[in-house]
Formats: sequence, structure tokens, C-alpha cells
Amino acid sequence: MSNADQGGTAALELEGLEKSFGPTRIIRGVDLTIVRGERHAVIGPNGAGKSTLFHLISGHYRPTSGRIRLDGRDITGLSPEQINRRGLARSFQITNIFPQLSVWENVRCATLWAMGYRYNFWRDIDGLDDVRLRTEEILGQINLIERWDMPAGMLAYAEQRALEIGLALASDADILLLDEPMAGMSHAESQHMVELIRKVSENRTLLMIEHDMGVVFNLADRISVLVYGEIIASDTPERIKANADVQRAYLGTEVA
Amino acid sequence: MAEILFFSAVNGITYGMLLFLMASGLTVIFSMMGVLNLAHASFYMLGAFFGFEISRHLGFWPGLVLAPLIVAVIGMGVERYGLRTVHKHGHVAELLFTFGLTFVIQKLVEMVWGKLPVDYLVPPSLDFPAFTIFATEYPAFKLFGLLASIAIFLALMLVIKRTRIGLIVQAALTHPEMVGMLGHNVDRIFMLVFGVGVGLAAVAGVIAGPALVTQSNMAGLLGPILFVVVVVGGLGSLGGAFVASLLIGLVQTFAVAFNISLADVFGPVAADSGLALYLDDIWSVTVAQVAPVLPYLLLVLILIFRPRGLMGNRES
Amino acid sequence: MSDTSDTVVRPAGFPSGAAPGPLRRYGPWIVLALLLLVLPRVFSSGLSISTMCVMGTMIIFALSYNMLLGQSGLLSFGHAVFFGLGGFLTAQMMNMMAGGEGPLPLMVYPLVGGLAGLVFGVIFGAVATRRAGTAFAMITLGIGELVTSSALILRGFFGGETGITVDRTEIHQVFGLSFGPQVQVYYLIAGWCLVSVIAMYAITRTPFGRICNAVRDNPQRVNFVGYNTTVVRFIAFSLAGLFAGIAGGLASINFEIMNSAQMGAAESGSVILMAYIGGVGNFAGPIIGAIVVTYLHLMLSDLSDVWELYFGLLFISMVMYAPNGIAGVIMMQRPLIRRGQLLRVAPYYVLALIPGLVALAGLSMIIEMTHQLSISASEGLGMTMMGIAFNADALLPWLTAVVLLGGGGWLGVRAARLAREAYGAAMVRGRVQ
Ligand SMILES: Nc1ncnc2c1ncn2[C@@H]1O[C@H](COP(=O)(O)OP(=O)(O)O)[C@@H](O)[C@H]1O
Ligand SMILES: [Mg+2]
Repeated sequence: MSNADQGGTAALELEGLEKSFGPTRIIRGVDLTIVRGERHAVIGPNGAGKSTLFHLISGHYRPTSGRIRLDGRDITGLSPEQINRRGLARSFQITNIFPQLSVWENVRCATLWAMGYRYNFWRDIDGLDDVRLRTEEILGQINLIERWDMPAGMLAYAEQRALEIGLALASDADILLLDEPMAGMSHAESQHMVELIRKVSENRTLLMIEHDMGVVFNLADRISVLVYGEIIASDTPERIKANADVQRAYLGTEVA
Repeated sequence: MAEILFFSAVNGITYGMLLFLMASGLTVIFSMMGVLNLAHASFYMLGAFFGFEISRHLGFWPGLVLAPLIVAVIGMGVERYGLRTVHKHGHVAELLFTFGLTFVIQKLVEMVWGKLPVDYLVPPSLDFPAFTIFATEYPAFKLFGLLASIAIFLALMLVIKRTRIGLIVQAALTHPEMVGMLGHNVDRIFMLVFGVGVGLAAVAGVIAGPALVTQSNMAGLLGPILFVVVVVGGLGSLGGAFVASLLIGLVQTFAVAFNISLADVFGPVAADSGLALYLDDIWSVTVAQVAPVLPYLLLVLILIFRPRGLMGNRES
Repeated sequence: MSDTSDTVVRPAGFPSGAAPGPLRRYGPWIVLALLLLVLPRVFSSGLSISTMCVMGTMIIFALSYNMLLGQSGLLSFGHAVFFGLGGFLTAQMMNMMAGGEGPLPLMVYPLVGGLAGLVFGVIFGAVATRRAGTAFAMITLGIGELVTSSALILRGFFGGETGITVDRTEIHQVFGLSFGPQVQVYYLIAGWCLVSVIAMYAITRTPFGRICNAVRDNPQRVNFVGYNTTVVRFIAFSLAGLFAGIAGGLASINFEIMNSAQMGAAESGSVILMAYIGGVGNFAGPIIGAIVVTYLHLMLSDLSDVWELYFGLLFISMVMYAPNGIAGVIMMQRPLIRRGQLLRVAPYYVLALIPGLVALAGLSMIIEMTHQLSISASEGLGMTMMGIAFNADALLPWLTAVVLLGGGGWLGVRAARLAREAYGAAMVRGRVQ
């Protein structure tokens, strides 16, 4: 398994993180450390602020107060692309792909920056073998080789979800943030997705939001429970299961 | 000097209020429907030409009422049968549609009334000096224009504050993303808002027509200024549009009143090399000559220093 | 590497990394070059050669515009600024070098325009591309007005209302080319056109070009794969300025006059028309648009005083019903051809076209008669259309026009529906086979 022991170095640190929309405090002082190499799940009821937390970490929203550190370096207030370039990639809960581009182009675009091609406007993209192989590899992982030339907007829902994950994987980031990757998938599809996530997170740090408790307890090294914008517990799956606060606040209504 | 200041101020405010009459409709349409109506100034022009045509047969006052009504009906038709069809193709298509409309309306106007200015007269009942100050007469029609736009402004505020439609418009201004959730009669509200918006522009046209020049290029001249107003004010901000309207109105009238150049202040440049020839153009141009450039300069400056506009709170 | 990619069979056409054969890679360009070479032999009249000169210039201009609208989703209302500034700088440079003083031959002067377009693209792009969407459109409109109104102040450089003239034969001559004869200018334009088209096509197939498409599609997502969308827009804007400047330089060589109106809103509008009518979703679209619009422009302005109105109406109806332009309509037939069904659908197209043309005839009667009644009334009310003489204030022509428009329109709409159904049916049939 991974090296999620407490001694590992911090990949991501949140410190007193707050986010308000107007008068409403959605994230109310979150402190959390994600250790390098661990698989960490965030659970919590709908509207708890899980997605908002991801938006803060990935630079989509700017925190009202508090700090975010990536590999020990402060990234608070940086733009999404700057954070991405420092090795953090994410997927979205609501599918967020390039609907008119082909599946192939979708993934290829997501590989380009990390492969060093940046704003290059003089090299033939089809001649870039490293990009092509990487794109093919990702397509293989998300099982979309057959669909490579279809406009992404015309894919079936589950395929779009897979592509969504593919875009996050493509840049080969050290830290992956996946927002409900299995939402709306059939049982078989999510089985495949679990295996994929397990595989791609082997040498990475994974932070994911997931509702399916089976998946979470199966996949995660540690779990944090977010309720009303606060983390009420952060521990191993076994101890989270046993935690009375969690039972009351969350699992009590879902599992029982 | 005091005379110039006074008349520039009054003219600037009158011009600014006319701008706001149009910018307000433009802003409300933008907030509710998410589309900036590039043809807004064209409806202003239609107002002026309809007003002119009606005034020839029935007199100015019926024109003031009828022309905006006709334009409003045309606007509702455009919304119902044009914009709504284009909506599904996205924002760029909507903008392009209204852009095409400016073109077609201008050509239609040229087809019917020609390219030369038409003789839109100030009504006899307002053709007298309202007051005389510093030995200069101020025409009553201009005063009427100012008062009318203030009256419409107040009426509009009342409607927005007091009626159900007004509440919806208010909600749209503060929470544009919520408009889609208004329910099934949203289509009718859009049509109505578009109609009223372009109707207001037509009122501005009827008022401005006799005071300025009623000609087929009037939309092309005013349109860009109007868009400067809404961008400088902040897209979707009614308050911003108001401030920016007055600002641009005053800047332009004041600039026109000052006939000084750098050469007047610092003396002429004494050189005759090739480059100095070009430099001389800048040196000897008067503030009045620069007046048409100023709104766009303001636009660029605002964008550099305050990209969201004076009172805007939205990115795009 | 992944273990799946080896086991999964690659579907047909899947990118293999094998370089395309030279025929596929260079063939189309060689054909285009040959075509450009022989065109003046086929259409050799003075009028057609000067028309083709305008077309070549406009092809570059429209394609440069499509780097923004079609490739990057940026709607600019001020693109003619770069065309115009490129033209003016080229003209000024030519006047400075007139009398064979400079060592440079005329062939390289469009580069001056390109450079000017690039420099101003960088300057104005730095301001405009800070915003996207509607605000970007408004800023480009403002920049257009800023430049045109400034040009009227800087009379020394821009020549006021009359503009500045040049004499292209005064430039240093090489290979005995004086560029007096129009056909020499044609080959100059054709050469630059070929080079620019290839360059702009190549740019669409680079990492940057593909990211432009991604920005058009979903700018927010582009941020999360590491790209700064402002920078992408900025580069696209600057490069579009470069090619617009080349087009402007060619225009000033071709016409030997530059006027500040060529930087104005009307010119910016006409490039939108060309790109859009041709089709912004396809690389070849703006080329088609530039050719068609230039040609129609020439034809219609002879036929009708109000020809611009027809353009406007054509544009609006394309925005409403054919948002992918002529190229889009052509591309729609590709799957039919592949399925071998085009011939079965084509009769329906003809069926829809006939009432459509009838309705168009009715519409243009109404337009022309209105025009005759209002503006040309001083020249009398008699007029002729399609060889038939009548009076613009008579009842019968009006009745005819209304019947043609109404009847043709009604039938056209029904026939169009039938054609759409036939298209759908053919696509299904093709799939079953
Ligand atoms: N941009 C926003 N403006 C205002 N409220 C927001 C915004 N984004 C999220 N919220 C609110 O924040 C709360 C948490 O949302 P979210 O983070 O999506 O929850 P979760 O992902 O845990 O289900 C919700 O009540 C939502 O309405
Ligand atoms: Mg969520």
C-alpha cells in the first residue's frame, strides 16, 4: 500500500481556511494536512462545502482567509493555471470538458503544458511523439480508445465522466483532486473506475470526494468528514466508522 | 469663462441624460438576457426617423408618443422571431445577430430616407429661448430634452422599485445567473424588457433628432459611445451606466468648448525634419479636435486600471 | 507505459505517429499553387485580374480574422485596425523609399505591414485580451474608433480624409519587374496569399493552435490544465494582427492609396461578414467567404443601389439558420457522400431552392420598388427588373411581389422541412447499410 504513515511529508496543508459568499460562511476554518502519497477521501452531506473546498485548493475561488500550502510552498491566491503547473490537477463534479473537441484533442490538450510545449506555435502537433503516446496511454486507461475521434459532447454520460478524470490524469500531476468521480455511474462502471483510481494514484497523492461509502472505505487511507464547512473528524477508515460524532452527524443518517 | 462653463455643464448633462436613456435599456437587456444589443443605437435612429416622418403628418407630439411605441413593437418582434432563434447558437451568435441588425437597419433607413440629413424641425411650441444668461439664449427644446429624460429616469426608477416586473428586473441586475429560474413566463418578460428597452432608445431618438442631426449615420456615430458608456460604467450595472453617461456627456461637451492646443500653451515646435512634421500634428491639435477620441481613451484607461468598469462586479 | 494500450486494438484512423506521405502533406498546397499560377490565364480580363487581386488580399484578411473568431472564439469588431495600420505603414515606407532609394524590392514590403500589424496587435492586444466575451468585443470596437478618430487628427501621417497615395513602380526593381502591369501585382499577392494561408493553416496544427480551440470551447477548463487564457488570447490577437497587417500591406500596394476609412468600423464589419458567411468553423470557410463576398460585392453593386441591404439580410439569415456558413453546409454533405446518399437527398435541395429563389425575387422587388418610391423618385417611378418594365407605384407589381414572397416563402419553409427530413432519413439509412 502507500506510505500514509504520520511521518510522511505534507503534500498539501490547509490552515484556517475560510470562504464566505456574501454573509454566508461556507467553509468555516478548515485545518487539514494531506501527507505525500496518501489516498485521502473527503465525505460529508450535500451542501457541506466539499466542492467549495476543492475550488479553493485548485485556485478556482480565492479564500476569504487562511492559507494553502502545496509541498510546503504557499499557493494561496494563485490562479488555477499556476497551481496546476505546480503539480496539482483536478476533476469536476459537474462534467467540465471541451464538448466540441474530439476525445483525442481533449486529452491531448491536457497533456501539452506538462510536456513542455506551452504556447508553442511553430511545431506540428501531430509530429510530437511523446504527446501522442501519452495521449494514447491516457485514453487506454480511461477506456476511450474506441471513441477517440468522437466530439466529447456526444459521448455517453459515463464516458464523459471517464474523460473528465482523463483530463485530470493527463498532466501527470503529483496531486490529484477528484470531485465525485463515480457519481452517476453504474455499478460495473464504478468498479472499473475504482480500479483505475487505485492504479493511477499509486505514486501520487490523492484527494477525492466520494459518496459511496463502500468505495471510500475500500480506497482511502484516511478520511475527513466535512459538515457545515467544518472538519469534524479526520482519521483512518476504521476509526471514522467508530467515531460517535461522525455517526451522529453523518453516517447515522446514511448508513443506518 | 463662466459662460462656457455653465453652458458646457448644462449641455453635458443633457447629453449625458440622453445617453443614459439608452444605456439604461441596454444595461437592463444585458442583465436579463445576457446579450449586449449592438443594434441599440439603431433603434434610437429608427425613433428619430419615425418621429420625423410622423411629425411631418401629425406634428411633433404625436411622434414623441407613437414613434417609440412602433419601435417597441418592432423590438419585440426582433426578440421573438430573431434573438430567440439565435439564442441556442450561443452568445457570439447573439452578438453577431444584433450586429447584422445594425447593418440592415442602417441600409433600410438609407433606402427610405436616403443618406442626407432630413429636416427634422423643433416643434413651434418649443421654438423659443427658455432663458437668457450671459447674453446667450438657451433654447427651450434642449431644456425640454433635459427635463423629459429626467422625468423618464424617475418614472423608470419608480417602475423598477414598485412593480412586479421591476422586482424581476432588480433581481436580474443583482443575480443575473438566477434569471433562468424565473419560471415559464420568462419568455414574455424578455420580450417586454427588450421592447421597453429599445422603446426608450427611440424616445431618445425623437428628442435628439431635432436637436442634433437626423441622418442615416447617426446610429454609427452614437453606438460606439454607448458601448463605451456601458463598459466604462461596468457591464450590467445601472448605477455605473448612469455615472458613465454623465461623465462622457460632460467630458465631450467640455472638450469641444476648449480650443487650445499644446502649441498655444508651450509655443510651436521649431523643427522641420520629417518626424517633427508628424509631431506637429499632435502639438497643434486642439482639445476640441481631440473630443471624439476622448471617450475611447477613457475606455482604454479604465480597462487598464479598473478592468471591471467603474461600478461593475462581473467579469464578462 | 500502460498495459492497456498494447492489448486494445487500435481503431481505424487512430493516430499512429507515422508521418503522412508527402502527397498528402504537400499535395493540396501544390495544387493550390498551380491553381493560383494558371488563374490569370483562365480569367485574363483586366477586371477579373484586379478582382482576383482583391480576393487574394481579402482571403488573408478573413483568415486572419478567423484566428480570432473561428479558432479562439473571440469576436472582434476592430480587426480592420491592423489591416489599415499595416497598409499605412507599408505606404509610408514605400513613399520614403520611392525613387528606387531603398535596396528592398517591392515583394518584401508586405512584411512591413505584417510587422506593423504585429506590433499594434501586441499593444492593443495587451489591453483588449484582458477580458473575454462581450467585454472583449466592446473593447475592440472602442479601439477601432480610437484609431480611426485619431487618424483624422494625425493628418500628417494618415493624410486626413483623402488618405495617402503611393506609386509602386517607384520602388527598387529586381528581375525587371516594374509592377506596373496588374498581372505582376496579381502574382505578388498570390505568392503572399499562398505563404500566409499555409502559415495560418500550420498554426492551427500546433500546440498553441489546439489550445486556442480549447479556449473557444471551454476557457475555464483550460486554466485547470495549466494554460493562462489571457496569454492564449493575447498571442492569437497578435498573430491575427500580423496577418491582417500583411493583407493591409498588399492592399496598399494593390490600390496605391490608403484611406483612414479602411481601418474603420465598416471594414471591420465586412471582414466579419466574409468570415461568417464563408463559415468560421472550418479552415477553408473564410477563404470561400472572401471569394464569394468580394464577387457578390462586385456583382450586386452593379445591379442594385441598395446591394448592401442584401448583404445584411444574407448575413442575418445565416446567423439564424446556417451558423456554420457555406463551408458548414458543404461539410454537412460529407457524411451523405460517404454513405452514398447525396443523390437521393439532392432533389429535395432543389425542391427547396426553387421556392426560395421565388421568395427572394419577391423580396428584392419590394426592396427595389420601395427604393424607387423614396430615394430615386426624382428620377421617375418607372423601373425595370429582369427585363420587365413597370411603375413602382402601380398596384400589380406590388401584388406580384407580395404573392411571390408569401407563396415562395411558405412553400420554401415546407420544402426545407422536407429536405431536413430527407437528410435525417438518409443518415439513418446510411448507418443501417
Ligand atoms: N458561488 C457560490 N455562491 C454562493 N453560494 C455558493 C457558491 N458555491 C457554493 N455555494 C454554496 O455553498 C454550499 C456548499 O456547496 P458545495 O461546496 O457545492 O457542497 P458539496 O460539494 O459539499 O455538496 C452550498 O450551500 C452552495 O449553495
Ligand atoms: Mg459537491
